[in-house]
Amino acid sequence: MRFIFKTSYEQDIRLFKHGGQVFWYALLALLLVSAPWWTSEYVMSQLQFILIYAIVGFGLMMLVGFTGQISLGHAAFLAVGAYTEALMQAAGVPFVVSISCSALFAGVVGIIVGLPALRLKGIYLAIATIAFNVIIEEIVTRWDSLTGGNSGKHLKAIDLFGWKMESDGQFFAVCLVLAVLACLACVNLLRSPTGRAFVAIRDSEISASCMGVNLAWYKTLAFAFSAALTGVAGALYAHKVSFISPEQFTLLVSIELVTIVILGGVGFLHGAVLGSAFLIVLPQLISIAKDYLPAGLAPSGLQAVVFGSVLVAFIIFEPLGLYGRWLKVRTWFELFPFYRRGMFRRQRTYTKSERLR
Amino acid sequence: MLQLLLAGTAQGCVYALVALGFVLIYKATETVNFAQGDLMMLGAFFAFTASVALGWPYWATIVFALAVMAVVGMAVERIVLRPVLGYPQFTVVMITIGVGYVMRGIVTMVPGWGTDTYQIRTPFADEVWKLGGLVVPVQQAAVIVMTMALCAVLYLFFSRTRIGIAMQATSQNQLAAYYMGIPVRRVNNLIWGISAAVAAFAGILLAPVTFVHSNMGFIGLKAFPAAVVGGFGSVPGAVVGGLIIGLVEALAGFYLPEGWKDIAAYVVVLAVLLVKPSGIFGETIRKKV
Repeated sequence: MRFIFKTSYEQDIRLFKHGGQVFWYALLALLLVSAPWWTSEYVMSQLQFILIYAIVGFGLMMLVGFTGQISLGHAAFLAVGAYTEALMQAAGVPFVVSISCSALFAGVVGIIVGLPALRLKGIYLAIATIAFNVIIEEIVTRWDSLTGGNSGKHLKAIDLFGWKMESDGQFFAVCLVLAVLACLACVNLLRSPTGRAFVAIRDSEISASCMGVNLAWYKTLAFAFSAALTGVAGALYAHKVSFISPEQFTLLVSIELVTIVILGGVGFLHGAVLGSAFLIVLPQLISIAKDYLPAGLAPSGLQAVVFGSVLVAFIIFEPLGLYGRWLKVRTWFELFPFYRRGMFRRQRTYTKSERLR
Repeated sequence: MLQLLLAGTAQGCVYALVALGFVLIYKATETVNFAQGDLMMLGAFFAFTASVALGWPYWATIVFALAVMAVVGMAVERIVLRPVLGYPQFTVVMITIGVGYVMRGIVTMVPGWGTDTYQIRTPFADEVWKLGGLVVPVQQAAVIVMTMALCAVLYLFFSRTRIGIAMQATSQNQLAAYYMGIPVRRVNNLIWGISAAVAAFAGILLAPVTFVHSNMGFIGLKAFPAAVVGGFGSVPGAVVGGLIIGLVEALAGFYLPEGWKDIAAYVVVLAVLLVKPSGIFGETIRKKV
């Protein structure tokens, strides 16, 4: 068990809490940077997807996990980012500018979507974001002249200052750099007053506003930031699949994106990465498992069944997600014979109506 | 024009029925069931099996599907939702989304159901009444009449019976309901059964229009706007909301360019959420610390 005796504010907010963290994160960084040299092309491609989804995960985690606002419409921001990137690349804009524009534009749409959040809570907010998602999907489908409608849009490889990113390793490097930047942005935001304001809003809006947190400003900011990160991920996604069409950004995708946060662990940035890794690996495991099932028993619905049951099982048995499970295991070892089962138990609250209070 | 309104009303009635399912569960447990559309789909599949594979008459089909779905609804509540009783709203919402996934997957795996599209025989399939210049398909008239009847029954149930009032009490404050000696868990279980049966009814009524297939549950997404427009906690609100959405869709499909029909419902719901988030029939919120 390691006790950190904090003696100054700088120590409280610094990035790495102790030497062990420096070591492990350095090792992880080393493994990831060297990955193109020791993994197969297939693993490389999956790693790219994991990083792209992790960026979305960071964005959603900031919104759902730290600000406590629900969004079931993040596929719309993904679409905005992807189409902005596709159109700008077609117009010959350099990658650095176009991906910034993707973030900016998605952020602006995020502000628009965030406006109802100032008045709505909980389930109503979720429905408003669903409505936005459907509307944006429909706009993308119908605006033929700009988006190509159902026939979609093709993208070329990234061109960074005249340096074509054609191999898997190069694209992986771009994803890795952007994911690390996104992660750092989130960590920095969380240890600043802004991040603490987010958490205060999540824990209690009334207390937060009593403490002088401007609810309207911070909620809008959370939506904008989350949408901007999703926009960046959308641009990368567009390059990764190199062909985008409206059916890649439906409501079901939004739900999948939210499950990243739930499976990873609500309220932990690590959870965003773990959740996206899980989301990418799960279909692969299912398709491997299918080979071992008799032919009649391996239908198309298997994936939906497994996905749904995993989601339900996680919420019932491990509400803190994958990262929560890891925390429990770690605590068990740290405290060795003294770990008790109730240490992470969640308090049940009896629901009261939000209509009559 | 009248023809258009009639079609819109019939479609709106189906939305209203699905929305009723949302409202029932919301009223009793203060959570939203995202699997409502999938319950409807499952109910339609049971009805299909009874009517086509087993060859039962129409009324027996309805009774069978309603009974089976009531049991399914109760089972879902008992197995999946009771462990999370008292957890935050969003948790329960995600669970119901997961349940919806599982149901959609299972339906495609059942032999004889699969991913194909089916049709249910109804006694009033193609008959038409003529009222002056208006052509009334009996199908649509039946949908409207049956919806109205069901709503009346549910409304009386909630406002007149002991158990109905107990459900309202549970919804307003679980803890206080416990103290008053209301068996909160059993109430929740019952409400899920009722709600699933209503969903099955909606599925049967919808089957002649959209046919029976594993993705017909996505119509539940159209019923959200209906429930919100009417006010989430109100039975008459769900009906009015459903009718509004149905009519708006029918009119948008006729007068506005292509594409508007699909998003009209969502535009309406956004407008309602921005102007009056509690819906037309919603109770006023007065927040205390």
